[in-house]
Amino acid sequence: MNLTLRIWRQRDAGSAGAMTTYEVKGISEDMSFLEMLDHLNEELILAGDEPVAFDHDCREGICGACGMVINGAAHGPERTTTCQLHMRHFSDGDTIDVEPWRAAAFPVVKDLVVDRSAFDRIIGAGGYVSAPTGSAPDAHATPVPKPAADLAFEHAECIGCGACVAACPNGSAMLFTSAKVVHLNVLPQGAPERESRVLDMVDTMDAQGFGGCTNTGECATACPKGIPLTAIGRMNREYLRATVKGRG
Amino acid sequence: MPDHDVRWTTGDPIADTKAPDGPIAERWDRRRFDAKLVNPANRRKQTVIVVGTGLAGGAAGATLAEQGYHVVQFCYQDSPRRAHSIAAQGGINAAKNYRNDGDSVHRLFYDTVKGGDFRARESNVHRLAQVSVEIIDQCVAQGVPFAREYGGLLDTRSFGGVQVSRTFYARGQTGQQLLLGAYQALSRQIAAGNVEMHARTEMLDLIVVDGRARGIVARDLITGAVSTYVADAVVLATGGYGNVFYLSTNAKNSNATAIWRAHRRGAYFANPCFTQIHPTCIPRSGDHQSKLTLMSESLRNDGRIWVPKAKGDTRPPGEIPEDERDYYLERIYPAFGNLVPRDIASRAAKNVCDEGRGVGPGGQGVYLDFADAIRRLGRKAVEAKYGNLFEMYERITAEDPYEVPMRIYPAIHYTMGGLWVDYDLQTTIPGLFAIGEANFSDHGANRLGASALMQGLADGYFVLPSTINDYLARQPHTPVAEDHPAVTEAVGEATDRLARLLSVDGDRTPDSFHRELGELLWDECGMARTESGLRKALDRIPSLREEFWRRIKVPGTGEELNQSLEKANRIVDYLELAELMCLDALHRTESCGGHFREESQTPEGEAARKDEEFSYAAAWEFTGTGAPPVLHREELTFEYVHPTQRSYA
Repeated sequence: MNLTLRIWRQRDAGSAGAMTTYEVKGISEDMSFLEMLDHLNEELILAGDEPVAFDHDCREGICGACGMVINGAAHGPERTTTCQLHMRHFSDGDTIDVEPWRAAAFPVVKDLVVDRSAFDRIIGAGGYVSAPTGSAPDAHATPVPKPAADLAFEHAECIGCGACVAACPNGSAMLFTSAKVVHLNVLPQGAPERESRVLDMVDTMDAQGFGGCTNTGECATACPKGIPLTAIGRMNREYLRATVKGRG
Repeated sequence: MPDHDVRWTTGDPIADTKAPDGPIAERWDRRRFDAKLVNPANRRKQTVIVVGTGLAGGAAGATLAEQGYHVVQFCYQDSPRRAHSIAAQGGINAAKNYRNDGDSVHRLFYDTVKGGDFRARESNVHRLAQVSVEIIDQCVAQGVPFAREYGGLLDTRSFGGVQVSRTFYARGQTGQQLLLGAYQALSRQIAAGNVEMHARTEMLDLIVVDGRARGIVARDLITGAVSTYVADAVVLATGGYGNVFYLSTNAKNSNATAIWRAHRRGAYFANPCFTQIHPTCIPRSGDHQSKLTLMSESLRNDGRIWVPKAKGDTRPPGEIPEDERDYYLERIYPAFGNLVPRDIASRAAKNVCDEGRGVGPGGQGVYLDFADAIRRLGRKAVEAKYGNLFEMYERITAEDPYEVPMRIYPAIHYTMGGLWVDYDLQTTIPGLFAIGEANFSDHGANRLGASALMQGLADGYFVLPSTINDYLARQPHTPVAEDHPAVTEAVGEATDRLARLLSVDGDRTPDSFHRELGELLWDECGMARTESGLRKALDRIPSLREEFWRRIKVPGTGEELNQSLEKANRIVDYLELAELMCLDALHRTESCGGHFREESQTPEGEAARKDEEFSYAAAWEFTGTGAPPVLHREELTFEYVHPTQRSYA
């Protein structure tokens, strides 16, 4: 198939960017969206132009590196990561807009590459269990009821891609932050730091410049891993509980 | 073994691996007791560089910082959470024997030595099996959400090459959950100021001062600035080199530059031809293919592998009656069936495709069929176990594996070879350590499923943080000046190389060279290798290298985010590494594990080892680009697991 691409090009963080139009021909429906961009980049290099910069790594939907806004939707029309989006979901002759994540807390680095290091700082504020190597009791010392383990797993699946922030009209990181809070707070191993975790992570999230949550739910709709919107409600309860109880 | 046509020379054998003697079960305790320690108050004065943030690097960085060392850590990704360990699906082995099914540390040790086709060092493998038990405890304490049973205890499953159920898992995302555990521990240390983290920064070279590893040269991938970092010791946790094949299950940016530059600076490279081909990957769909996707080996627990009995049978799988199907693994290996080790499953798939019985486009595929499992367990149970894998398969192929059998084909997945390390995981450059897939240590010629996660975390959480103390305690800390000749030389070489890549302005893209090299290696140094094929590759690689430096085209400048420059710089190293892989494969005229020389097989077509000649690890010393390397043999002695012809029949 032949396609028209309108791609955001921006030299670096300090430069202004603009949409630039490219034509690509002979795209196979079995290509992934990133393979289609590879194809474009090979042509750009040979034509003496600069290829489009974009983050990507595992290309199997788990590392969370890739992410772009495709026709206005984070990761495009399918509920998956950009690397797992295949060209069979487009038609010959389509015009496709490709932009970076747009959020105040994710400044553009170049073209489609953004800086998501704010996520790392949220995790560093409390998204862990303090269990220094060597200090662990036997794994079976504390049984974890299966429903709690399954709930923790469901929230631990977050890949930190940032689609939730990109999709949110407020640029909020509530879904990302709540996924980690719920994962660790429902487990007995996470209980000793239950209050400080949620208080510190939420404070840091706010300090990083993410917007507030107004329950639009776009985050959960865009999430390629299906982190449920209820995570935010759970985190709000944890936050309220911690505020009342104090840091324990 | 004659050193024919001077492609290599033979040097002194490796005399001392530092492995303690005495009863094998006591060696690790003895080594730890004999090691010197660094006073806790002095640890913060010592700086350790850790390159890479996967299971090994993330675990090591966090643990060293917890011990009080000042850690400076690097990853090329935008966040340490994205290292490719995250993509491991199936599980992690540990000799917990929670199933009461006869498992033990000794059995895990035995299975690993046997699975590696008797080409690993017994002392290291035994330690790995011992430490495996602590890993599960550690990860559970961190909040890793392993699969559990209704009683709240941990669930396990079996993997290829073993007959016990010792694999712990978190649905099909075990690597992700374990990596996030390590990443979270590391994040805690970063926030506490104990780890200085440099993301989007790639190591370009190693700095060796007075024979010791004292730092690295690294490039900030955003600004392009090339800087030096000095330290008291350097740990490489940069993963394997499977991407030399271009198409592999590795992440696109995983690369061999760190280990190859270390090799050029004096670290021996061991068993480079020991590469693992994973039997269950999604077949390629066309020339645009940029990487291959693995389907977890755990699928072989319930999926049945088959091809049509007749050549060229193009009927859809559902129309091929049961008695016209060949469940070839169950037929040839009745004891292990679909759960034979990876190398055996891969070669068997290649054989049936070579016979013209392959399925799918180009006949490069075999069926992995879940129809029986769905009938036996119900669709729901199959979905609970493998749901995410089935979804991934459907997304990529647009076929529903609940209705139509999956098509799979082998692909490059893991590299058992790597930097040679002693029992302390130290390379032949004092002060340079290699952990995880970056070293060669524990898997011999073939790695068993769910053992990579085990080794990465064993090295990172438990082994390296013990052994590195001994090195640091024995070294006086003489500061290295920024303008030391060894530092300026390393920076100069790295920047010159980048400038040269930018200046050629030829007519071929980096990817076009990488693809060509990858195809050559896949054809001649892939699943089956022959003397003539390897010689052909060895003749072609130097000319490809010459062509690369004449025709490479890298747009842009070095002072910005330039992904083409990153790629081209990695390919320079692949073009040298590929040659050593082929040479190692040529010199090892036996077959063992993942290294199959067609000239050396049993009448049944299985790998035939030559223990009298090749019971050693081949550690290669660099002498110059294209110059004959020097072979140093580490003789392997087997006191506990006696080499036999592997049999899974």
